[in-house]
Amino acid sequence: MQRMPAWADAFLVPLISLVIAFLISGIVVRAIGQDPVEAMRIMVQGGFGSAYAWGYTLYYATNFLFTGLAVSVAFHASQFNIGGEGQATLGGLGVALVLLYIPWPHWTIALVAAMIGAAAFGAFWAAIPAWLQARRGSHIVITTIMFNFIAGGLLNYLLVNWMKPAGSMDPSTARFGEAVRLPTFYDLPLVGQYFTKSTPANITFFIALLACFLVWLLLWRTRLGYEIRAFGKSEKAAIYAGISPFRIIMLAMLISGALAGLMAINGTMGGQKRLILNAVEGAGFIGIAVALMGRNHPFGVLLAAILFGFLYQGGAELSLAMNIPSQLVTVIQALVILFTGALDNMVRAPLERAFAAGRRGGAPQGQGGP
Amino acid sequence: MDFATLIEILGSTVRLSTPLLLACLAGLYSEKSGVFDIGLEGKMLMAAMVSGAVAFVTGSVWLGLLAGIAGSMALAALHGLASITFRGNQLISGVAINFLAAGLTVLVAEDLFGQGGRTPPVSFGAGRFAPIILPFADQIRPVPVIGPIYADLLSGHSILVYVAFAAVPATSWLLFRTRFGLRLRGVGENPAAVDTAGISVVRLRYTAVAITGLLCGLAGAYMAIGLSAGFGRDMTAGRGYIALAALIFAKWRPWYCMWACLLFGGLEAIANRYQNIDIGAFTVPVQLTANLPYILTIIILAGFVGRAIPPRAGGEPYVKER
Repeated sequence: MQRMPAWADAFLVPLISLVIAFLISGIVVRAIGQDPVEAMRIMVQGGFGSAYAWGYTLYYATNFLFTGLAVSVAFHASQFNIGGEGQATLGGLGVALVLLYIPWPHWTIALVAAMIGAAAFGAFWAAIPAWLQARRGSHIVITTIMFNFIAGGLLNYLLVNWMKPAGSMDPSTARFGEAVRLPTFYDLPLVGQYFTKSTPANITFFIALLACFLVWLLLWRTRLGYEIRAFGKSEKAAIYAGISPFRIIMLAMLISGALAGLMAINGTMGGQKRLILNAVEGAGFIGIAVALMGRNHPFGVLLAAILFGFLYQGGAELSLAMNIPSQLVTVIQALVILFTGALDNMVRAPLERAFAAGRRGGAPQGQGGP
Repeated sequence: MDFATLIEILGSTVRLSTPLLLACLAGLYSEKSGVFDIGLEGKMLMAAMVSGAVAFVTGSVWLGLLAGIAGSMALAALHGLASITFRGNQLISGVAINFLAAGLTVLVAEDLFGQGGRTPPVSFGAGRFAPIILPFADQIRPVPVIGPIYADLLSGHSILVYVAFAAVPATSWLLFRTRFGLRLRGVGENPAAVDTAGISVVRLRYTAVAITGLLCGLAGAYMAIGLSAGFGRDMTAGRGYIALAALIFAKWRPWYCMWACLLFGGLEAIANRYQNIDIGAFTVPVQLTANLPYILTIIILAGFVGRAIPPRAGGEPYVKER
């Protein structure tokens, strides 16, 4: 029985969760002696209020789009990939290796090569936990957590011992060449006039939008996508239908890892233009919040990614304008994960009752609801 | 390496193992009852901040410790609410708790003290656990071998270190020799059977989660007002996850938890003392030593060296039949 109309399930539940998360964050802001309304105003101004703000908001949103899609694809196969952080770290390594050691004549070819590098390295880092889950039954959550730490250690080792330029103290690679600089929004025709030169949002945003569409296509319009969703809904039924669990877990996780790895195109190739130690900055984890908030649907993930891009940029402005550390964003992120993910039933149950009551009272013969 | 250095590293191992051991045992109670907990890190962090702040303000270690435990248990209650009462996803709840703690600790500490998310330093006798010198430590020290072991390795730690190591036999006894322990393990393996026997699954799981909160509280408080002199931003630095790794490494058995935590604590002590270790043919980079706990856990999880099998009902909310 459908307890709630589809629109309520897709929009109302996440919206209510979001409102609760913001209300509690407001209480936190009030508790540390600041004005929540003023804080919100500064965040909206800082995240959406100017061309400069949008240039950063969309840059962050691009990161979260990739990591959010990564978590979503794995979720559809009932795999909880917490390893986006590590996979994106490895993706950065792939990008750096491709861009540092081959003299690319033009950014377009370099972009294609770097995307292959990023996706391949990200997928590789997801492949080991996926194989361990599929063949040895090791819990994917635990293994991906461990792989996040190992990725950090590996990158640290490579940067300090091998990849940083001789004589440099900073654990980061040399800058990539000027030829492989990705065009920012300012450089693009049509949209360029609306953006300023100093913001990092770049062409990768459109690749992320394309990825969004492709993930939708994959999940709802291909045979593999159907198998992934069927496996995620019921492993037993999927096996009975002749779907191989090993194949689905591996493919879903490889796609997931590749998507997380692609984040590095935006951050490492587009933003920092060199590989730095902590390039991912928690975007892999924010992907979890984005996926939950977006109900694992690419369109929802897009909206949620922009929301978190706004929070990230607005939060940074907030820490400059008021005496509120940007960790406020971490709190909001935590509350969003809590209410849309773990306390979902708490938000949902009263709504379901309300709809059931409305149906009984309003519709003739107990029918109704789309 | 001479004997004195060895004793020094082992002493440091004992101190660094303590927060791991407390958090590891904390995770053991929760997971044995069928509630996955990847929020150990967050609970430790919260306890560290609260205990650091209260110990500084009141100047009392004990009030600091109690407040730290309360902070950790509040998050444990939230985890219980999400995963037991509302039957939510326990892993997602744990992730949320880790972020909640990472954000709130800095916000609150910054608001209270304005020192970039740190709490002000506390000193021995005024908010920090002083080392306990065991009797006759100074008299025995000159005795070769046994002297330094007694005086410098066993003696001279804060009380929470001894509590942590005493918690190992206590946990082993509680889980495997008492009725409570039998029931606790029962809800982790087959909650329906325990329910049929007329015992409340919900209450047992809440009890287990509360014990987890208590032990994480001890672990966090030890970090802030035992091992260090105050809370620092993100001071647990992944120890909650290493404790989780140790729990798997130990295959959910108390005594093995202790050995696993000593091993991982030892690796940390070595990584702190030596940067890159030169062993003739090649150099072991410090990043490898620091990440060995994770790598070893992956190998154990892969089942190449004996299989790690978690409690069967772990991660599944219990729905009573009607």
